Amino acid sequence: MNELQFLTWVRGTGLNIAVGLFLLGVLWRLIEIYSLGRKKDLSAPRHVAGASGWNTVFRRSIPPEGMVKRSPVSYLGGYAFHIGLAIVVFLFAPHIKLIQSLTGLSWPALPSQFIDLVAVVTLAAMVVVLADRINKPVKRFLSTFEDWFTWTVTFLPVLTGWLAVRHLLFPYTTMLALHILSVEILLVVLPFTKLFHAFTVFGSRWFNGAVNGHKGVAV
Amino acid sequence: MSATLEKGVRVIKEVIDAPIASYFNSCVHCGLCAEACLFYTETGDPKYTPIHKLEPMRRIYEQEYTLLGRLKKMAGLSKPVTDAELKEWQELVYNSCTLCGRCSVVCPVGNDIVYMVRKFREGMSASGNAPDGIKGAAHRTVTIGSPMGVKLPAVKAQMKHVETDYGIPIPLDAEGAEYMVMLSSMEIINFPEYLGAIAKIMQQAGKSWTLCSTAFEATNAGMQIGNSDIARVIVSRIVDGAERLKVKTVISPECGHAYTALRWEGANLIGRPFTFEVKHIIEVLGEFQEQGLLKTDGKETDRLTFHDPCQLARRGGVIKQPRNLMNQVAANFVEMPDAGFMNWCCGGGGGASAIEEGEELRLEAFKKKKSQLEAVKPDRLVTACANCRIVLEEGLEHYQMDIPVVGLTEMIAEHIPEMEAKP
Amino acid sequence: MQGPLIDTLALHGVSRRTFLKYCSTLASLMALPPAAGVAMAEAMAAAPAAAKRPSVIWLPFQECTGCTESITRSHSPSIEGMIFDMVSLDYQETLMAAAGHQAEEVLRKTVEANKGQFLLIIDGSVATGLDGAYSCIAGRSNLALLKEIAPHAAAIVAMGSCAAYGGLPKAKPNPTGAVSVSDIVKDKPIVNIPGCPPIPVVMTGVLAHFLTFGSLPDLDKLGRPKAFYGETIHDRCYRRPFYDQGKFAKTFDDEGARNGWCLFELGCKGPVTYNACATVKWNGGTSWPVESGHGCLGCSEPNFWDAGGFYKALSMPANPLRMAAGAAVAGAAAGVAVSFANRAKKKDAKAAHETTTLADLEKSEER
Repeated sequence: MNELQFLTWVRGTGLNIAVGLFLLGVLWRLIEIYSLGRKKDLSAPRHVAGASGWNTVFRRSIPPEGMVKRSPVSYLGGYAFHIGLAIVVFLFAPHIKLIQSLTGLSWPALPSQFIDLVAVVTLAAMVVVLADRINKPVKRFLSTFEDWFTWTVTFLPVLTGWLAVRHLLFPYTTMLALHILSVEILLVVLPFTKLFHAFTVFGSRWFNGAVNGHKGVAV
Repeated sequence: MSATLEKGVRVIKEVIDAPIASYFNSCVHCGLCAEACLFYTETGDPKYTPIHKLEPMRRIYEQEYTLLGRLKKMAGLSKPVTDAELKEWQELVYNSCTLCGRCSVVCPVGNDIVYMVRKFREGMSASGNAPDGIKGAAHRTVTIGSPMGVKLPAVKAQMKHVETDYGIPIPLDAEGAEYMVMLSSMEIINFPEYLGAIAKIMQQAGKSWTLCSTAFEATNAGMQIGNSDIARVIVSRIVDGAERLKVKTVISPECGHAYTALRWEGANLIGRPFTFEVKHIIEVLGEFQEQGLLKTDGKETDRLTFHDPCQLARRGGVIKQPRNLMNQVAANFVEMPDAGFMNWCCGGGGGASAIEEGEELRLEAFKKKKSQLEAVKPDRLVTACANCRIVLEEGLEHYQMDIPVVGLTEMIAEHIPEMEAKP
Repeated sequence: MQGPLIDTLALHGVSRRTFLKYCSTLASLMALPPAAGVAMAEAMAAAPAAAKRPSVIWLPFQECTGCTESITRSHSPSIEGMIFDMVSLDYQETLMAAAGHQAEEVLRKTVEANKGQFLLIIDGSVATGLDGAYSCIAGRSNLALLKEIAPHAAAIVAMGSCAAYGGLPKAKPNPTGAVSVSDIVKDKPIVNIPGCPPIPVVMTGVLAHFLTFGSLPDLDKLGRPKAFYGETIHDRCYRRPFYDQGKFAKTFDDEGARNGWCLFELGCKGPVTYNACATVKWNGGTSWPVESGHGCLGCSEPNFWDAGGFYKALSMPANPLRMAAGAAVAGAAAGVAVSFANRAKKKDAKAAHETTTLADLEKSEER
């Protein structure tokens, strides 16, 4: 298999399999999780503006008072790499083209030099977050193989994408194929690891907001 | 019958629901919950990270309710939860967790960790791994009627004292009264002024109220131990009493978890909505204040600060009222850092104060409160939870800090002018 | 510098100075030192005067003659064409006067007379299906011919993508069992000059190198001269700034297309195509595909014909995602199955619930 065949495989068969497993995993896991249901809260609710599931879905993106100071790396690193990932994934022209070909939706792209810069920031933030995981006793204590593994499969697509655009390490064709392959690995792994928080974060925040919102507490 | 691991696991299977499944799947091991937990911040020991306190339950969830977990279990690839493990976890689930809920409000993915700890305690208690201290309290509440062993005669004796001291009659079992006032045994034994305060406040507001001979104790050790069956027995007495007397509102005393047990868990424990309302005494005072039914004379002039009981503020949504009340009677009211919604726990909530072997840890955790207090240097500390009050007093004594602790309701009552001459 | 070539060039209005300039350009294109240009000029000028011009055999296999067209037509009467005056092109079916048995006789004699010295140029892929019966010359399969002649060649030039990589005949489902020259011949130096067709100057550059130094230029791992195939079309494309700014033509006749914006979204394979089109251009430097408004097809890359469609952007799926719908249904089914099992399990746990009494809070062995 030569480079172009490799690229064509990851763009074709590989993508087909990865997207298939991703959809399969996501639907299976979402149903598995949310079908467990919950009991209706019979206590009399207290209605307070701003205390609801939906409010918490959004509000929880903002750090509670005093927390940034307690764990600056988690917050700043976390913001940098999540926002960075979102920009790189959703605002780079070739990515938009892919999304458009799959869904028909498209939007304006950002200049590739800017994306390049964001990718570097994202990579740096991820390295910092990893260093924090190694250094901080709590994070190290909580970490399992899954944490290191998911970090790697998240890091690789950004790294290979950036290397491909910059023409580093391997010829562009090979690097592009490796980039797409790494994204496919990420897609397959996502529903079955902690990366699934990309989906459940909304449910979790909503439940938390709804349970506490029932008491009139805006969390 | 007795407690077994099997029973514990079965109960955990019963309580695991969609929110818990969602929470476990959302956790990214960021460790921010640790930063919100005073048992971690004051000891620096990572094992006190809130989400870690749920590890056995997480494994049971994975093994029982996920396809991959089931397969892993079948293939023998996942470690089953053992009784020894649960026993080891007792310290994490009870001693070092006061159900204060700070972790639940900081978790970036939105996990309600305290919700999970509460549910995990169901399994811990059913497997016989609840601490002896809370088990004892639960035992006394069910068999005698109160966790401190207080019986009706003792309450009656207090009523008589108060009637004599305040010259106000204390109604007992008055049918159709608007308010049924609950007490905590802490108040019956240690803080009898509370009952007098209620009498004065009700008299001024012109509201009808009563105590109930079959349900005077509001605390619920069954909830603290995390056992719904036992919590139900205790809460049913109150429901029966309130329905027998046909009261409109049951007033939870200055006790945080009693409020949670009655206000938020009660209806779910008995499986139907209440026919009456439940309010914390501070909520009632807040209403009286708004309606102009609470008139006070003069103000405290020393430097006062207010400690928010977790179950009242963060877990109960009563945050503004105590401040409005403080301002009515205190000229020099200052707020501690993090006061209000994000206040730090006294370190003894959720049954923790009943655990003898947890005292050392509790005192270690109290350093948080100590630093909060040192930041504002108050002359006195006001709170609205008898349990907080006891724990605060213990902690202050241990660290040789000369700061008296007072109950907000009593302080308000002290400023209520005498209505009329004694009859 | 004198010689018959210079005279011929002068006849066509090409000065000695122009020829020298051409040679140094060629040398620089191939990343050779400046002195190599002079050496090339001298070697080429002298070549026809030598006792015998190097013999070249050009064998056409499964091909379309596009490669020959490219070289002979597009540059006449340019210098590139003249280079062929320096060699003795003894066998080239399209160009030679002889035909039939005469032509085959020439082939046989040329091989005989130049054993181990002639340069073998092949265009077209080698059909291997049915023992090579899909493509025959004078009743003999290309495969047999290649196996017979290749061992006697000094070196082989696989001209065009078909000879280099199998080309269009190898496209799925490859009915003729087409393969590249290098798939058959393993023990000879082979230089691949892919392209459909290849750029003439690349071909003459390789010939000039062979004439001057008696060896083949530096090759990459795909057997291509590094000098011409070292960079992608995309990297050298004059439209690259538009790519970087995110300005793309969306259709072939929109505003972007008229403004000369990047053709990435219209399927341009420039980013993964290694060739010199963007710098050397075609038709004597007149233009090249992207300049005339069409994306690069990637014709000089192996398997470009099966790389997911000429008009699909590189970032688009090469094939429709056929599994998606089925996988979604399977996932939902798995989820529903697990949810039924979960609900049953939870119900059983609830049914088996024994109301906890105070005594039940203690473990039996502790009592």
